[in-house]
Amino acid sequence: MLVRDEEMTFMRNRQATNLVFELSQPGRRAAAYPACDVPARPLSELLPSNQLASQSPDLPELTEPDVIRHFTNLSTLNMSVDTHFYPLGSCTMKYNPKRHERLASLPGLVDLHPYQTEDAQQGMLAILFELQQMLGEIAGLPAVSLQPAAGAHGEMTALLTAAAYFHDRGERRTKVLFPQSAHGTNPASAAIAGFDCVQLKGQADGFVDLEELKAHLDDKTAVFMITNPNTLGLFERDIAKIAHLLHDVGGLVYIDGANMNAILGITRPGDFGGDMMHYNVHKTFTGPHGSGGPGAGPIAVRDFLADYLPGPIVTRTQLEGATRYQLTTPPKSIGRVRSHFGNVGILLRGYLYLRTLGAAGLKAVSEQAVLNANYLRVKLEDVLPVPHGERCMHEFVASAQKSKSEKGITALDIAKRLLDYGYYAPTVYFPLVVPEALMVEPTETESQQTLDDFADTIRTILNESPEFLHSAPHATPVSRPDEVKAGRQLVLRWKRHCARNGK
Amino acid sequence: MPPLTSNSAPPIIIDRTAEHIFFDIKTLSRKSSKRESEFVVAYLFNTPESQADMLRTVGVSSVEELFDQVPRELRLDRPLQLPPPLSEIELESHLRDIARQNVGASGQVSFLGGGIYDHFIPAAVDAIAGRSEFYTSYTPYQAEASQGSLQTFFEYQTLICQLTGMDVSNASLYEGATAMVEAVLMAMRVTGRRGKVIVLGSVHPEYRETLTTYLRHFDTEIVTVPTPHGTADPGDVARLIDDRTAAVIVQHPNFFGCLESPREIFAAAKQRGALSISVFDPISLGILERPADHGADIAVAEGQSLGIPLQYGGPYLGIFACRQEYLRQMPGRLIGETVDREGRRCFVLTLGTREQHIRRDKATSNICTNQGLLAVRATVYLSLLGPRGLREVAELCCRKAHYAAEQLTANTGLKLAFDRPFFKEFVLRCPDDAAEFAHRVRSAGDIGPGLSRFPTLADELGASAKNLLLVAVTESRTKSQIDCLAKTIRSECSSATKK
Amino acid sequence: MAPGHLKYAKTHEWLALAGDVGTIGISDFAVKELTDLVYMGLPSVGKKLSAGDVFGEIESVKAVSDLYAPVSGEVIEVNTNIPNDLDLLSKDAFGKGWLIKLRLSNPAEASTLLDAAAYEQQCAADHH
Repeated sequence: MLVRDEEMTFMRNRQATNLVFELSQPGRRAAAYPACDVPARPLSELLPSNQLASQSPDLPELTEPDVIRHFTNLSTLNMSVDTHFYPLGSCTMKYNPKRHERLASLPGLVDLHPYQTEDAQQGMLAILFELQQMLGEIAGLPAVSLQPAAGAHGEMTALLTAAAYFHDRGERRTKVLFPQSAHGTNPASAAIAGFDCVQLKGQADGFVDLEELKAHLDDKTAVFMITNPNTLGLFERDIAKIAHLLHDVGGLVYIDGANMNAILGITRPGDFGGDMMHYNVHKTFTGPHGSGGPGAGPIAVRDFLADYLPGPIVTRTQLEGATRYQLTTPPKSIGRVRSHFGNVGILLRGYLYLRTLGAAGLKAVSEQAVLNANYLRVKLEDVLPVPHGERCMHEFVASAQKSKSEKGITALDIAKRLLDYGYYAPTVYFPLVVPEALMVEPTETESQQTLDDFADTIRTILNESPEFLHSAPHATPVSRPDEVKAGRQLVLRWKRHCARNGK
Repeated sequence: MPPLTSNSAPPIIIDRTAEHIFFDIKTLSRKSSKRESEFVVAYLFNTPESQADMLRTVGVSSVEELFDQVPRELRLDRPLQLPPPLSEIELESHLRDIARQNVGASGQVSFLGGGIYDHFIPAAVDAIAGRSEFYTSYTPYQAEASQGSLQTFFEYQTLICQLTGMDVSNASLYEGATAMVEAVLMAMRVTGRRGKVIVLGSVHPEYRETLTTYLRHFDTEIVTVPTPHGTADPGDVARLIDDRTAAVIVQHPNFFGCLESPREIFAAAKQRGALSISVFDPISLGILERPADHGADIAVAEGQSLGIPLQYGGPYLGIFACRQEYLRQMPGRLIGETVDREGRRCFVLTLGTREQHIRRDKATSNICTNQGLLAVRATVYLSLLGPRGLREVAELCCRKAHYAAEQLTANTGLKLAFDRPFFKEFVLRCPDDAAEFAHRVRSAGDIGPGLSRFPTLADELGASAKNLLLVAVTESRTKSQIDCLAKTIRSECSSATKK
Repeated sequence: MAPGHLKYAKTHEWLALAGDVGTIGISDFAVKELTDLVYMGLPSVGKKLSAGDVFGEIESVKAVSDLYAPVSGEVIEVNTNIPNDLDLLSKDAFGKGWLIKLRLSNPAEASTLLDAAAYEQQCAADHH
């Protein structure tokens, strides 16, 4: 580790962490625009002078090399999938194919204005139409809306769709149910969609407790939201029974598709009782994660919900042998959930991924993702046991309880120390049903060698001194930021008067 | 491990009950030149040997066995009906074929507007946003391994505050319409009022439609102030604000390109305890007063103009900034400055208790994944332009748009629909159907959108919407492109008269 | 650990009664459980509360908890030092770390609260 430390000291550009505002020098500029080729009339002739700003915007002044060096150096302070193993559970940090970047940037795709006429977008509409079809097939739920911008947006859109369906049937259903282990977005989306939230405790092993569920089901039940495989990386064994119970009282089942990477081509939400679901294209279908976004959260629903989906969707007509695509709003649509069509740049990458893999390739993705997760689980189980489930799907939740009680080494210590060894940390302390949880999702795009090395590294860490680990990481640009200070003395922007030298 | 083969595809099942949505996928699918049994997925590592070795370690005899926990009766007993796989060469040729069927801004002069514009994107923006370390990292949960993103987002928050004059900015929302809706939801929390929201008829129709969708289940009355002359009369707006009103929304410059009177409207809102929401155009702030100068409580925008490609609708950037006092009611992620254990300045996610992963159904929003990479683009764009660059872009847009308005209405028979000051966009009244007119002059460039494209506007403006056409002029347009469009329109109009 | 002269709610608020004025805070057990406090939201003077109403919230870096009024009454004073100095809570939860004072509308409610011994017993069970 010493060598690495020294490298960090010697190789690091010390200006890297200056803020862009601290690098600013009056008079510098990067962008030069052509001289005005139309009559340069004074602005006060064109616009009411009381609407004009009295001074130029207060922005930093830099040259292009300043900007490039600054942000390039900043970028090197990040770990990323291209540079590091990134086993962040629940996030599916798989490789993002480079061909997607080149192809999504083709003229005719990247420069297409959303209000271009339908004639000018037939190619784009064909792609989006085909993507709707493919996502419907993978879900086993035939009607698809590509509009939602991310998973949470998809959840809310589907819940509004369900609400419109119930309303149309004259039913007043007010409750959305979800297990305690649900992603926080589930209750948050249900609340925004106007439902009352009912949280189920579940069984000690993380599965849904059927008796508890039954006790909450009645004619006010609208939707049960469930992630399957669940957040413990286990396939909900009673999912078919759960769906029957919901359907018996007239409710619907929503599948949070965050963990679709485990079941592509193996089983489909529509086949195991789901009525609605969202995809996370940025997880399962390799839209890049982009430091936290953008995503795309298309939803797939059963045929009887199709009429309520938000518009526009792409439809196809064939007239006299000619195929034509158009944007259509379903007859009883809930309306728009955003401006324009959707996060097309990300959807396009999902399309390219599906076209590259085909059916067998897609199934192979899930098979390898599940194999990789199980392999790593077995390699670690003597030191980091997995309390629930004999086997896992695409991810597993291990517990550092044993190392904590025996040596005082916590999940957080392990996570932080992994950074020193050049691994991003697993998700820690989630889900809550596992004490000292480490949620590991290796994905299918990692080799046996990487998994072996990672397992060896965990073993090494568990033999290090607990005190040393409590202050880890040691080789990163910063270590254990003071989050309490950040929360108490909020500094959410740079200000001139509190500028520091930065050197 | 079962071999990676699939049988020849059985026919897809088409649900005839909803034919407007479902069609046969096969007709679109090109045949792969390679048999599927031979294909190798470029992104999977494990050779048959390592696969066998891993299975031995796990203690199972086949991959199939790993899926034992999935009940057999729930498994898919056939291959998915997807088009056959394509190699990289085939994929590229397939996509180039499709892309050629579209006509984008690089193949056609674009005067298209309506909230999304063909502004120039400096190459340096692509260079930084394309860096793997930004591109393929995730939400910066582990601060020590994410300082690059965290500091960039902190700089983004600062730049948005500098641009708008507001106190705090979050680290991005999805896009303009949902940013505006989040502002309304926040105004309801802050004021405790759910009775009424006032929105000008000149606010982007798709934003208003989105608001209607989100508020479907509330008993909130959405009052639209008519703007038949292009802008709202502040007195009309003031009369509608009462003590049930949570928010007043003004887009400025508005959807028609015209300047509203936000200062007067916001003063009236303040007097009655409603929050003022400003929907702004970031480029306009090169020359126009800032939302904070107008007295806005919340300022939101579509950030596409800040270095983000058109890409047919997204991903774009939802900008959201507000006054300090409403900080705890803000949606979205926030980055804060702090120090690490050795006293070094660094950045972390902060105020996470507002968010869904902690507060769940009581969170300030359900947003999780945001538009990080687009915020990186906006940060680089604004850093490159600086105060003078942004001013120049805004001036160029404004002057060229005014020149275009003059030329397109000189001896053409076309008129400006609204006699109001405008920034970079204006509405033309065409002699006949606007979409058809735009089609006829297409050789000189794309203009639009026609206002009848938006059902909301078609309702509000009545029959006249049919003839109205938006025209946007950015710094990328040249005098000769504008002259060429004017000439084409002139000849089209004169030939129409002769007929 | 829990002072004997105070009354306690199961939700960890304490009450000190002087005539019809009750001083309310949260126990040091609760403060320790929350750790890393970053924010405290308190009501304004004049707010009327019923027993069991949420009167404020307390946030740590990774958690948020509601504060519940142990008895009914009107807020007559708020500890204005608290939002700026959360350390008062960790240093002196039962003294300088008090949160609000209520004029009780129904002082009899106080008798339903736990005494120190019962509260400590509950904490021991919780901790387990």
